[in-house]
Amino acid sequence: MPVDMELEAVLRPLQYAMPPYPSKTITLANGKVMVVRQAARADVPAILKSVHPCLFIERDYYDIVSARLYGELLAWYRYRVKSEYCLLGQVDGYLVGIVNGRMENEQVGMSYHTLAIDRGLRIGSHLFAAKMEYHMDYLGQESVLIVAESPIGFRRWMIEYPLEKTNIPHELGGGDSYRLTREIYLAAKPRLVVGDRPVPQALLDEAVAEIKFADDDTIRERIAGLKGR
Amino acid sequence: MRDVAIVGAGMIPFGRRDEDTLMDMLAFASLKAMDDAGLGDKSVDAVYVGNMGGGMLQHQSAIASSLVDRLSLLPAAAETVENGPASGGSAVKNGLLAIASGYYDYVLVVGGEKMREVTGWRATDFVASMTHPQTEYPYGITLPGMAGMFTRLYMQKYGVTREHLLAVSLKNQEMGALNPYAHVEMTLDRGGIFDSPHAIVNNPVSADPLHLYDLCPVSDGAAALILCPLEVAKKMSRPPILIAGFGQATDTHTLQERDDPTDLKAVTLATQQAFERAKLKPSDIHVAELHDAFTILEIAESEHVGFFKKGEGGKAAAAGKTRLGGQIPINVSGGLKARGHPVGATGVAQMVDIVWQLRHELSKNRQVKNAQNGLTVNFGGFGNNVLAFVLKRVDQ
Repeated sequence: MPVDMELEAVLRPLQYAMPPYPSKTITLANGKVMVVRQAARADVPAILKSVHPCLFIERDYYDIVSARLYGELLAWYRYRVKSEYCLLGQVDGYLVGIVNGRMENEQVGMSYHTLAIDRGLRIGSHLFAAKMEYHMDYLGQESVLIVAESPIGFRRWMIEYPLEKTNIPHELGGGDSYRLTREIYLAAKPRLVVGDRPVPQALLDEAVAEIKFADDDTIRERIAGLKGR
Repeated sequence: MRDVAIVGAGMIPFGRRDEDTLMDMLAFASLKAMDDAGLGDKSVDAVYVGNMGGGMLQHQSAIASSLVDRLSLLPAAAETVENGPASGGSAVKNGLLAIASGYYDYVLVVGGEKMREVTGWRATDFVASMTHPQTEYPYGITLPGMAGMFTRLYMQKYGVTREHLLAVSLKNQEMGALNPYAHVEMTLDRGGIFDSPHAIVNNPVSADPLHLYDLCPVSDGAAALILCPLEVAKKMSRPPILIAGFGQATDTHTLQERDDPTDLKAVTLATQQAFERAKLKPSDIHVAELHDAFTILEIAESEHVGFFKKGEGGKAAAAGKTRLGGQIPINVSGGLKARGHPVGATGVAQMVDIVWQLRHELSKNRQVKNAQNGLTVNFGGFGNNVLAFVLKRVDQ
């Protein structure tokens, strides 16, 4: 598709300078090591392939979360969203979870979505915590606005941290935003934010070399299989 | 009194079964047990359904009548048995007594529960409805809360450690991963849930000193048995499994009224009755399914049923004595911890697993070699209503 760069300059939103998120490893309950790292814009097409099968899973609002995440990542890929980032969780190179968000301004972050592809291992919790860590410890923001689409998200974020309720509308629509403040983050950090740095080079190389993903049926089974872990 | 045998056993995979109603699950498990028994055109005389929450969670009553109609078993007698998490065991007891008395010849016993229809905290609240309505429930007590306090006391009195609890958790998850009927088919790693600093997120405190992986999951599921007189069962093709003994005992409703809250008197009394009736002793048992809704309960029950002395259960678990191939394999199915705990189904599911063990039908990695006698303990309330069954293989 031809791109008119003159017009693009108008259509493309402002991008804040964003320091990189330093990768880390987390040992999961089953003993596997998950690499948490920041995705590059060039990773988006591969990530979307993993999100696609989730669009059709009604259970636990995966369809809504996936559809929105798909759009958000596509918007980032094609320069239609301000200051977005995406963090990935990979085990043995396989994509097991995705989180994203963006900077609303230099002080306030806007949390977007958390998608756990392998379930029952608190991957969503770990990745959401990594997202908050990025906003607070690396982007240096003072607060993050958050909404949850699923009851599981509500339990994990709003109750477990716990976040404070505000009457600020979130850009995703839905209910009013909840807010993570620096004070809340620092109180929750010792029990919710974990990880080891630096990541051993071999592990990082494996994760970066290729974002592996299971076939569509396996992804659906992991998320919505009869067992429903 | 006639001897009673189990001639059919069936179960559906436990887990989260959004697509099935409670009645679907009860029907599926029943059909499996009926097929397993080879009943053919024969019907059953009576149906006993163990269920705790149909009235509260599904707003459904008269469940057994509905099931009889659904299965075209009219005009079989139908009765729903509600006895908290011991509902399944109580349903089996009713079937057993009905045949032993001579009133009925073929009885279907099925236990089932659909708990994942509601959020986790509503399921926890539903289970807490068994606590004392004036002196416990209004103060916010939950079953995990009770188990946490019980564990703390047990640790202080008998020296149980988190290492001991961990051994139970790892063992049962390992066995559950081999069980196609288990809710949680996932092995756990000691590093991931205990040693690593990351364990604080993977395995957070749920009810101090119990952590997430010390608790059973909230599950949907159903299991069923076909019972008949032993003399009839002996004419069938497979070895009948004799219900050699059963026992049931009740303790105080509230924990604080017990002389020693760590003493699970109802477990001791129920199993003593079962052993006496079976004319067997704990050392005669080759495999056991104990009610490990919390890891501490497997340890405490293993002592109260007589497998180990008080204070030795935790050490025995840590030493591998309760593993497959150990002194007394406990919860080879994965137990409530991994197979899951659809409350009304559990007492029946424990017996289905023991039946499979005594028939020597399980895969090599789950089968207790040459098992002849098995024990189940179904624990209602916090030990205030307990049923124990001793099962025995009868070779023809």
